Amino acid sequence: METPKTAEFAHIGKSVIIKGELSGSEDLYVDGQVEGSIELSGNRLIIGPHGQVRASVNAKGVIVQGKLDGNIRASERAELTKSAIAVGDIVTQRIAIEEGAFFKGKVDIQKDTTQKDNAQKDASKTEGAKPAPAASASAVAGSAAGAATVAMKAIPNDGK
Amino acid sequence: MKIFGSSDSTAQDSAAAQRPKLTRRSSSLAQLIKTLDSEETLCILDLGSTSPANIRYCTERGHKIYSDDLLISSTDPSLVSKDEAGKPTLDSKRFLEENLVYPGAEFDIVLCWNLPDYLDESLVKPVVGRLWSLLKPGGMLLAFFHTQEAGPDAPCYRYHIVGGDVLEMTHIARGDGKKGAPPSKFRLQRVFNNRNIENLFRDFASIKFFLARDNIREVLVVR
Repeated sequence: METPKTAEFAHIGKSVIIKGELSGSEDLYVDGQVEGSIELSGNRLIIGPHGQVRASVNAKGVIVQGKLDGNIRASERAELTKSAIAVGDIVTQRIAIEEGAFFKGKVDIQKDTTQKDNAQKDASKTEGAKPAPAASASAVAGSAAGAATVAMKAIPNDGK
Repeated sequence: MKIFGSSDSTAQDSAAAQRPKLTRRSSSLAQLIKTLDSEETLCILDLGSTSPANIRYCTERGHKIYSDDLLISSTDPSLVSKDEAGKPTLDSKRFLEENLVYPGAEFDIVLCWNLPDYLDESLVKPVVGRLWSLLKPGGMLLAFFHTQEAGPDAPCYRYHIVGGDVLEMTHIARGDGKKGAPPSKFRLQRVFNNRNIENLFRDFASIKFFLARDNIREVLVVR
């Protein structure tokens, strides 16, 4: 899995602790602790390997390398790397979970409505007056990256 | 501020990653796959260790999937208390208050894998009862049980759906779930015979047994 270069990201360093609402219009790299909410619509969020985030997260793309306790809404893509510990629900268009990641929660893949609309428009153009087929666009589905003595007691027969 | 318990999981991750993957055929999975492949927008609950393969398989087909490693959750030390005789016991009531709670969700399929064989005795019946209430009528539950011939050293596996009737298995240990403890074996708690299994799932509408060659009894239960 390729991690984007973080040089141009705004950084929250290891020793920084933030409590409250965090919002912005640039990419953000969190390697410290954040508690509250993170709102980065249209931008990317990376939770670094030392990052500890207890917050709901809304961003275009989210990469978790550290710890996240909260729901993720990623309009494009969510990614959990092998060191990730994520607890919460994920709503996104695409997901990648590396082998070794710990995840507890729901994964809900939302279809890309923009792509679908464009495909329908294209289909309408090529088919003239014919109505566009309802599901002509292939929806983006989830994808996960792959490399992603016992003492015994017999139970009596009278049931448990 | 300490948000999470501290743990250094790097060594554990690499140990887990180095364990070999085995494959096995599963007749019960083959039946389940027919449903997974033919129906849309199912709601699935996977109670095994986090499996990217299972999440991918389900989401690629438009299903919603919940992942909840119940065996790891059951090893939370704070659940352990001592009874009057000083014997350690698990607080099953608190366990169910904190786990298997999905507001508004009803499941079409629950993947238990070999969870019942490794779960603490006090949790097995309450967990199966809760799963019954989480399943939709007609919903299916898949579980694997060791036969007596499996022996006391039967390893605990994480199961990954490959497709068709093929499962990939990775040996898992305590500590893989990053609770800070070093990896150690999960202990096989008991062996269920057919009658035990029937009793365990007596509230369900039907139960189907599949005997596999590797000393595993596969069970597909319908609510």
